[in-house]
Amino acid sequence: MAEANASRPTKANATSRQDQKQADAITGLTLVAPAVIIFVVFLIVPLIMALYFSFTNWSGTRPLDQPDAYEFVGFDNYERWVVDGRRVDDFYRAVRNTVYYVIGVVPIQTALALVLAVIVNQKWLRAKSFFRTAFYFPSITSSIVVSFIFLFMFSTGGPINAVLDAIVPNYENIAWTTNNDGIFHLLIGNFGITEDTVGLWAEAEIFDIEVWDWIAGPSVALTTIMALAVWTTTGTLMVVYLAALQGIPSSVYEAAEIDGASGFEMFRGITLPLLAPTTFFVITVGLIGTFQVFDQIYVLQNDQTARTTTSVAYLVYATAFEGTSPNLAEASAIAIVLFIIIFIATILQRTFVGGDQANT
Amino acid sequence: MTNQTSQSSEGMSTLRRILGILGFGFLIFFAIVQITPFVLTIANSFKCDAAVENRPMPFIPTFNTVSCRDDAGEFISADEQVNGIFFNPSLDGYRRILTDQLPRWTFNTAFLSIVVTILRLIFDSAAGYSLARLNYVGNRAIFFLILGTMMIPGVVLLIPRFLLLKEMGLLNTYQGYIIVLSVDAFGILLMKQFFESIPKEIEEAAMVDGASRFTIFARIVLPMATPALTALTIFSFQGNWNNFMDALIILGGNADLYNLPLGLTILRGSGQDIQYDLVLAGSVITTLPMAVIFLFFQRYFVEGVSYSGLKG
Repeated sequence: MAEANASRPTKANATSRQDQKQADAITGLTLVAPAVIIFVVFLIVPLIMALYFSFTNWSGTRPLDQPDAYEFVGFDNYERWVVDGRRVDDFYRAVRNTVYYVIGVVPIQTALALVLAVIVNQKWLRAKSFFRTAFYFPSITSSIVVSFIFLFMFSTGGPINAVLDAIVPNYENIAWTTNNDGIFHLLIGNFGITEDTVGLWAEAEIFDIEVWDWIAGPSVALTTIMALAVWTTTGTLMVVYLAALQGIPSSVYEAAEIDGASGFEMFRGITLPLLAPTTFFVITVGLIGTFQVFDQIYVLQNDQTARTTTSVAYLVYATAFEGTSPNLAEASAIAIVLFIIIFIATILQRTFVGGDQANT
Repeated sequence: MTNQTSQSSEGMSTLRRILGILGFGFLIFFAIVQITPFVLTIANSFKCDAAVENRPMPFIPTFNTVSCRDDAGEFISADEQVNGIFFNPSLDGYRRILTDQLPRWTFNTAFLSIVVTILRLIFDSAAGYSLARLNYVGNRAIFFLILGTMMIPGVVLLIPRFLLLKEMGLLNTYQGYIIVLSVDAFGILLMKQFFESIPKEIEEAAMVDGASRFTIFARIVLPMATPALTALTIFSFQGNWNNFMDALIILGGNADLYNLPLGLTILRGSGQDIQYDLVLAGSVITTLPMAVIFLFFQRYFVEGVSYSGLKG
């Protein structure tokens, strides 16, 4: 490298440029090598392994080095869980729970984060940093801690029931974390609508689950977990929105004000469109995170609520490691299906929310 | 005409004022919702089981500490601990978890978080610089490979990683946890983006002086990247301090190696009979170090989030 000297003749310059190029390549590959090796060994290889084992009948108990440890069974695992086998109801119950969770959490946390950010960004607001700290605080701690806090807050004798007891007349304690009733069922039940009154269609089954149960809505227990997710994530997303809002030059608003635009018109005509990339990002992160919900379910689920709170991600874990007959091959198949679901959801969102503008 | 305009603008400003008050009220309400659970968690971590569900819920401790068991070894009743909004704090929950494995778990958490963070700072910045500045065959391919790995849900990797580490003899070891988490795609992309924003002229000048690429990276570019490295440190430390799923899979078989989140789930026990004093005391101890770091380095947390828009 020392001979790379600008005052050398042209020919030597060309060789030194060649040398430089080669040296760059060696340095570059050396610097990137640890990352690539670890990614290949612990991300790419495992992904291929998951795919591979999903086509076998290996339960995980027989040692892999034995010649008859497992056989290839084609799509059997997928069929058993996803198409029309004996575990299909377990799988689609988890899908239903996860979809309710995603549909409930993502729009609420996104909208709430946006509204809070817009208010915090107002010029007249004092103590901005206090609010930012307060909103962000829940996201600094572990999802396990947050789940315990909610377990306590929503326990039958806990603070939430105490507050409701104080303000609602004749309030009866709700067992938030153990209640399996779907909130749509409860809602229409108030008007006397039950499975017996709606007609026979409710008893029809799709993937071994009654239509009536498909439309139950998230159970009270799952709704509690959804509230937890919103509570934890909104603050972080608000900070993301706030940063984007601060990036919008005030001259844009001043110009609009001169043109006589109202506050709401400015919000709809300027703020929202300029925030589109941020919104895309916030929704993408939200989708990927909520589709994989695991930690909170691990803590807040119990035997009573397994049917209405198990998420697909938790189902993968439970199938692989819990119960009387754990099965790694079947769990791998469910994991691959979840991968595909998340992939499709992200693509759909890209189409509908307009990800082309996103720069993240 | 003029009159009308001023009237309407007066109406506007009244409307604005009302909206402002409503907005401010909303912020206050939401701040209370965000903070109250932590206050109640801390207060109740000092109560004996019987007093946890007492109503009204006292949250102001007195200076008289009590023991949860009386001289005869019986649990004290809620009335013996609670008086209106005041309560006599008990340290029993903390005492019990601290004589148990909690100190060990705290050490594990700190150790793993620090080691993983240091490795990420090295590997992520090295890879980030390589991808940002050095030309070689495969540079783009490697970039897209790393970007692509961000699409892989953690759950998919759960089982095969478990198998792989088992085969390698790294299951239930510190090394297993450390090696799997020692690089992250998010950190590499963060560093790459930062390095790209540094003007090339600075490096070119150093090259004319005969410095090698590696020297330039280590001596010139890396010190300039302090903001990105700070963000990476915070995300990485926080992410690992709070990491549950990887700890569950990789360290779940040896209680001596648990980190705090994993240990907490054991404290909880099974079934509905939850010992809140233990669980809440454990939650406070788990959160405390992150809370202190957050309050001191708040600016970097917020900058980091807005910088990247992503949480570890």
